[in-house]
Amino acid sequence: MSWLQEVLGKGIFAVTGEVGPPKGPNPDTVIKKCIQIKKHVDAVNFTDNQTAIVRMSSLAACLAAKTLGVEPVMQMVCRDRNRIALQSDFLGACSLGVENMLCLTGDHQSMGNHPQSKNVYDIDSLQLLDMFRNMRDLKLFANGEEVKGEIRAFLGAGESPYADPLEFRAIRLAKKVAAGAQFIQTQAIFDLEIFERWMEELRQMKLTGKVSILAGVIPVKSARALRYMRSEVPGLIIPDPLIERLERAEDQKAEGVRICVETIERLKEIAGVAGVHIMAIAWESIIPEIVERAGLYPRPRRETTG
Amino acid sequence: MIVGERKPITEIIEEVGDAETVLVLGCGTCVTVCLSGGEREARELASLLRLKGKYARDITVERQCEHEFVRPLSEEIEKVDAVISLACGVGTQLISETFPHRAVYPGLNTTFMGLPVEQGRWEEHCLGCGNCLVHHFAGCCPVTRCAKSLLNGPCGGSKDGKCEVKTDRSCAWQIIYDRLKLQNRITDLVRLYPPKDWSSSRYGGHRTMVREDMHR
Repeated sequence: MSWLQEVLGKGIFAVTGEVGPPKGPNPDTVIKKCIQIKKHVDAVNFTDNQTAIVRMSSLAACLAAKTLGVEPVMQMVCRDRNRIALQSDFLGACSLGVENMLCLTGDHQSMGNHPQSKNVYDIDSLQLLDMFRNMRDLKLFANGEEVKGEIRAFLGAGESPYADPLEFRAIRLAKKVAAGAQFIQTQAIFDLEIFERWMEELRQMKLTGKVSILAGVIPVKSARALRYMRSEVPGLIIPDPLIERLERAEDQKAEGVRICVETIERLKEIAGVAGVHIMAIAWESIIPEIVERAGLYPRPRRETTG
Repeated sequence: MIVGERKPITEIIEEVGDAETVLVLGCGTCVTVCLSGGEREARELASLLRLKGKYARDITVERQCEHEFVRPLSEEIEKVDAVISLACGVGTQLISETFPHRAVYPGLNTTFMGLPVEQGRWEEHCLGCGNCLVHHFAGCCPVTRCAKSLLNGPCGGSKDGKCEVKTDRSCAWQIIYDRLKLQNRITDLVRLYPPKDWSSSRYGGHRTMVREDMHR
């Protein structure tokens, strides 16, 4: 069982982080960031060419993390691979002991630095979940052939409570759970009211008992960054008062951290939220402070055997 | 219908190069309707070419995609150094195939199978994937009209009913959701649609259809 699954299974409020692999072959930045946050998180996500910008593969970064004793969550997107490559990479990850797999559709290639590329989207994220679950539980490839050997995997998915049509978001999450999602990492939460309404829907649909919801948070450094995110990042809702609060602050960076900590404290109180996923884009060094101030430190330790 | 868009005149001039006599071939079907390759456009292109010093004339046939309309062009094509076809890629290829000794240049970029949604605006509605699923999606094809061809609901980027990839484009899933809601069929969306069988499309090489009853 993956460590993340164990933490969530014990009902401990989980903390995950996120690291974007570098735009080059040197794993030093991955290693440095992992060392910075390893004591403060239960697992770290490694993004898969996020925003469709070419980077070192998620799997390579996961492996670098493992050598440091950091539990990796591998992201896999449907943008770049067909079902043959997705299954192959999944087997590869399993063989290297990467057990947490986050199944995403992926940002469209037009958002990234190779907009000329041919898009794949052979399957979608729900079909991806279902395919991996069948490989694990039924030992079947997508074509019905037999998978040789045991697969250990903890399957996750992303979800945004904020994208249109809003009324469909909870239904879509239910579909993801039915397709095999065991944990969910959400888009960054800035608007807590909409998030709470979404969580209420999930509770009514009895989904919170079936899937661990990790609410996404992003510490922001400035009002400008927040405004940029509002206009450029899909699936986000950022309330005006939040931007104004940052604008008024003497030290916007410190205020950004304060907002993040407050958000986590409120998220902890919402029934059904199983943890937080901290996406400190290029600001991973702030994660320990946030985790400590939000009262989530120390983290549980894995018992070492032998 | 098939929608096409005329290539920039500079690109066409460059294509034909040193050719002195040029035949501009219009097509009377789809590209006439989308105002890009019919009689009027053929005449216009021929006069533009004349302004550039070419001996250019134009002919428009009913359909460049059918042998019976293309074969009678033989004499005219013999007389010229270059042919510019204003048909879609199918027509252009048939001209090349019928007159293999003659260089044929495309005057259009064939864009897609589309619908005129308003005056002067066409939208792609069908990829011709060979395995129609629109009945599941209230008659709106997500394979074509969703940037990610998602079969199981919208991605996380739809905002105000618009696609995250191109904000002037409606989110296919918003259309699907609204229409199914109108029809009281939201429950249809709860079902998990399996991976699409792409063997009827994007499979490699051209597709062929044979009607045994008509085939000799």
